[in-house]
Amino acid sequence: MRLAVCVKEVPEASARTRIDPGTLRLDRGGAATLNPFDAHALEEALRIKERTGEGEVVAVMMAPLPAADSLRKALAIGADRAVHVADDALAGSDLVATARTLAKAVEREEPDLILLGQQGGDSDGAVLWSALADLLRLPVVSQAASLELAEGKVAVKRQTEYGYDLIEAPLPCIVAVSDAINEPRYPSLKGIMGAKKKPHETLNAADLGLGADEIGEAGSRTEVYALADPPSRGDSVRIEGDGAAAEKVVEYLTERKLI
Amino acid sequence: MDFDLSDEHELLRTTVRAFAQERIAPVAEELDREHRFPYELVAELAELGLMGIPIPEEYGGAGGDTLSYAIAIEELTRVDSSVAITVAAHTSLGTMPFLLFGSEEQKREWLPELASGRRLAAFGLTEPGAGSDAGATRTHAELRDGEWIVNGSKIFITNAGTDISACVTITARTGDDEISNLIVRNGSPGYEISTPMRKMGWRASDTRELSFRDCAVPEGNLLGPRGAGFKQFLEILDGGRISVAAMGLGLAQGAYDLALAYSREREQFGRPIARFQAIQFALADMATEIEAARGLVYKAAWLKDQVRPFARESAIAKLYTGEVSKRVVDRALQIHGGYGFMDEYAISRLYRDQKVLEIGEGTNEIQRMVIARHLGL
Repeated sequence: MRLAVCVKEVPEASARTRIDPGTLRLDRGGAATLNPFDAHALEEALRIKERTGEGEVVAVMMAPLPAADSLRKALAIGADRAVHVADDALAGSDLVATARTLAKAVEREEPDLILLGQQGGDSDGAVLWSALADLLRLPVVSQAASLELAEGKVAVKRQTEYGYDLIEAPLPCIVAVSDAINEPRYPSLKGIMGAKKKPHETLNAADLGLGADEIGEAGSRTEVYALADPPSRGDSVRIEGDGAAAEKVVEYLTERKLI
Repeated sequence: MDFDLSDEHELLRTTVRAFAQERIAPVAEELDREHRFPYELVAELAELGLMGIPIPEEYGGAGGDTLSYAIAIEELTRVDSSVAITVAAHTSLGTMPFLLFGSEEQKREWLPELASGRRLAAFGLTEPGAGSDAGATRTHAELRDGEWIVNGSKIFITNAGTDISACVTITARTGDDEISNLIVRNGSPGYEISTPMRKMGWRASDTRELSFRDCAVPEGNLLGPRGAGFKQFLEILDGGRISVAAMGLGLAQGAYDLALAYSREREQFGRPIARFQAIQFALADMATEIEAARGLVYKAAWLKDQVRPFARESAIAKLYTGEVSKRVVDRALQIHGGYGFMDEYAISRLYRDQKVLEIGEGTNEIQRMVIARHLGL
């Protein structure tokens, strides 16, 4: 069983995110971490490997070189190998160009199962897995709240607003896991110290056979023209905590027949 | 010269920090209030390999260096001292004697259980009449028919009485002018452990009085050569000082973090108090002292990792962090104003937890004596 997990690095939740006004891209210069949603995908891959007692977990990431720290964390947590696609020419890749790059990197691994977190903690896109499935022509199941493997198939409980869909898909396939699927483990000290000894491959666009027109801004299908703060809601009412605030809140809600 | 931590040390720091914030912080106040030993957290720490950081892998430890150990203790203390001292006392005081002085047989027998964190170990040095003057130990052991018969008492012993405590290594007088270290297994007839002592701080940690009444200990439980006890406990304390210094550093950092966050939120006179120079200067002084403290602690740990003399530096680090943590936690609470005096604010717990850092494992005064001796005085 070969398990590929796509991971990315995102700014730390506590860090203030900032858009670079020149490039209109997210400033990734601050403290960063392994995308918390991807930690669930990695955890699920490790549990599958532990359950079946065999297999290999490879973490695949497209990101600038400094993001290797997050990939190393994936190795410390338990991934067996890491593949890092890093190339200056990838800067500015939108979802389409990113999916194209990841598809190439994942394809090389010939995985039986490709796992992703449901979304990136930075842009909250939640679409990369479907783009990847389209490019790789593989079945895809999203919002997986649990996952079982049997006889060349994967059975997924897909979380919906109303309950669960039970979905079966043949392998190989792509599963985007929800953050309810498991509780990711912390890397152990042994894992941390052993991470450097694990294979950690760095590839550029040419290694994946990607041309300059397929990646970066040239390979992107979307363009950001401008960014602005969301308009403020003019009708907001501020109730100060002066001892009678609770009553005022109740009064306000009652007036509008909200309670 | 290189002040960068390695990737491994950085990742260890972020891991222990995340663990402390996510797992310990939510329960720290409750554990403190209820004086409840954190069994679940110890089990989780054991899972991560943090109950035996500097113990070699062949004995079931994580095989980490002293710097890793110091960083882990720093990050734990930043959030909760009770958990940190449980790990630190177990590692530096409870487990280390076996690694440093145990026979191969003793190491094989005890270390795997201790270094994995399945069981805890304690070190019994202090007695009601022998604190800073540890050489004044009165507990004595007499060899009779292949057994040591121990009589005496110990006080302020960490980790001796938990449900998972395996043993205590005690200093005992084995002759007129002779101190030796003996391993006493929990449950040995004649070895009695008091109820938990009630403390000002470190309330979730296990602290006991021990008494030995004709307690029979197998002759083979002597640790190292007979009569080496004095030298051995000095060596144990030298190493232990690095972890207590890391606690002082972590406590100061934690107090500073709380004060910084609070000063940004708290508004008085129409603006966050962080905008007032009085608060800014206090925070600037705190940050300055913490930076200096970190340098001292890491240097002492680094020296030990280089297998170079570190006793002077560990005493300096212990003394300095003890005093810095006092100044920092005091100012941090002051910044919190009246709220800081309330139990529900973490800073009040940090304030209570700080004091013993100037007492335990060698008082400030003893550190000054050690340092003075290293100055050739």
